[in-house]
Amino acid sequence: MIWFKKSLFSKKEDSTVRIPHGLWVKCNHCSEIIYKKEVERNLDVCPKCDYHFYISAWERVGIVLDEGSFKEHDGDLEPVDALEFKDLKRYKDRLRAAHREKSAPRALDAIVSGEGLINGQRVMIAVFEFSFMGGSMGSVVGEKITRIIERGLDKRCPVIIFTSSGGARMQEGILSLMQMAKTSAAIARLKEAGIPYITVLTDPTTGGVTASFAMLGDIIIAEPRALIGFAGPRVIQETIRQKLPEGFQRAEYLLEHGMIDMIVDRKMMKTTLARLISLLAG
Amino acid sequence: MFFKYTRDFEKPIEAIEKRIEELKLSSASGHDVRREEIEKLEQKAKRLIKDIYSSLTPWQITLVARHPSRPYTLDYVQEIFEDFVELHGDRLFKDDPAIVGGLARLDGRPVVVIGQQKGRNTKERCRRNYGMPHPEGYRKALRLMELAGRFNMPLVTLIDTPGAAPDIEAEERGQAEAIARNLLFMSRLEVPIVSAVIGEGGSGGALAIGVADRVMMFEYSIYSVISPEGCAAILWKDGTKADLAAKALRMSAFDLMRLGVIDRIVGEPLGGAHRDPKTAAMNLKSAILDSINELSAVPSGELLQQRYDKFRRMGVFNEPRR
Repeated sequence: MIWFKKSLFSKKEDSTVRIPHGLWVKCNHCSEIIYKKEVERNLDVCPKCDYHFYISAWERVGIVLDEGSFKEHDGDLEPVDALEFKDLKRYKDRLRAAHREKSAPRALDAIVSGEGLINGQRVMIAVFEFSFMGGSMGSVVGEKITRIIERGLDKRCPVIIFTSSGGARMQEGILSLMQMAKTSAAIARLKEAGIPYITVLTDPTTGGVTASFAMLGDIIIAEPRALIGFAGPRVIQETIRQKLPEGFQRAEYLLEHGMIDMIVDRKMMKTTLARLISLLAG
Repeated sequence: MFFKYTRDFEKPIEAIEKRIEELKLSSASGHDVRREEIEKLEQKAKRLIKDIYSSLTPWQITLVARHPSRPYTLDYVQEIFEDFVELHGDRLFKDDPAIVGGLARLDGRPVVVIGQQKGRNTKERCRRNYGMPHPEGYRKALRLMELAGRFNMPLVTLIDTPGAAPDIEAEERGQAEAIARNLLFMSRLEVPIVSAVIGEGGSGGALAIGVADRVMMFEYSIYSVISPEGCAAILWKDGTKADLAAKALRMSAFDLMRLGVIDRIVGEPLGGAHRDPKTAAMNLKSAILDSINELSAVPSGELLQQRYDKFRRMGVFNEPRR
């Protein structure tokens, strides 16, 4: 009965639809074509299926903090090619290309950090910039996170980290790995001092970032459908040579398995953080 | 030692040593002429091994670190410690054979020892999951670390893993959380901690038992953020470029010493630990003892501060002066 299905139900392929550049976007999840302005008004969340689009670190800061309250720290820390690493490209050239990238405004590495207010409550905050080398963690990221935690400790101020990262940065080799120990040690002190530490895991959060400070939050929040895991799905698939279950490593899966506290929609993020901080600090 | 010569660069050594064996067998009666010849060949073999091992490439070092005859954690435990009592289970899910640990004496003094364990034959390898722990392995390690703290025993960890297990079970039981918790806990454990990479130090799965006051590596061991194969597959888009990745990642003991990530290199016997496991064990024992004796003199508050500072310093970046 193949001919029957074909003639009646075959759809026009998406690729044949011409989309004027920049005016419309196609949702990565439900494949709907949506007016871009509408998505932007909705905090970059698909109005049809609630898919959370990527947003830059600076956009995130704008959504979460009170207007004009953000003060950046350590914005001038620059990555260094300590290993003189070269694969098909040199690390130096990759950094240069990343610095030229327009989608990562004012970021010298894969993180923006500083302090600001959430509904009037002061917080230390660090936000990953995924567009900078896949949000990978090298020395600069590890250092900025550690400094934010130490400042939180010093000023007895809650610390919030928004993660989005492929994991440790290979081009900085073992130094990247050691950032996991460095940041976790700082968090241990924060916890002993009884200062609230909240992590928000956004799509995607994997590898050494998940296996250190991301999973150490007093409260762990995730955005809907965010991919969260230790090993990436491709690595797992290659290892076990089986199809991965539907929804594997998504935020909803982690919630079900008891690995995170809650899933919070982008629109509710600020309100939720404000409430949690006031409960923990109160 | 069934697999004494499995690596290409060991083949010339194999040829000479086979010849020596043959001569020894044929001259059981003991002719002086033969003895001279044997001695000559033995000298030659020694020189050859020295030559080969003094110029190993990073990839060849990786192959030595993964040598199927290389001593594993339990081999060293047997040689280095007395009264070893293995303890099992994480009290939450199950016992993970990829991590072993327990109580033991080191030169008479009670300690806790933990390490990843690889298998020697196919069956053992499967049971031990090639030394790749699941979350329950790290949680067992955590339980033993707590024990060390409660009973004030120094902690010794032996690192030998390709990495933490990357599979569905590991993910659904919280591999990342298990590793992260260990990093956090080790940074505040109030007893001396000494870690030694004895073979492969594979990424977060290695670090999860490696946040220590003194970190040492065997001469032909490796410690890296990602396996050279994994790195090659991602950055070169070709898993067979592992030799290039091994070089670029700077994962040998000498590289890590230079980068300030480890404190000491433990020498191996001529031709690698697998050619003389007893000597390797004795070298490791004296290095561990040195460190523990040194650390035992430090008050616990200071110990924690020093450990914090040690990892706090790690990383290289540029900060313009304001």
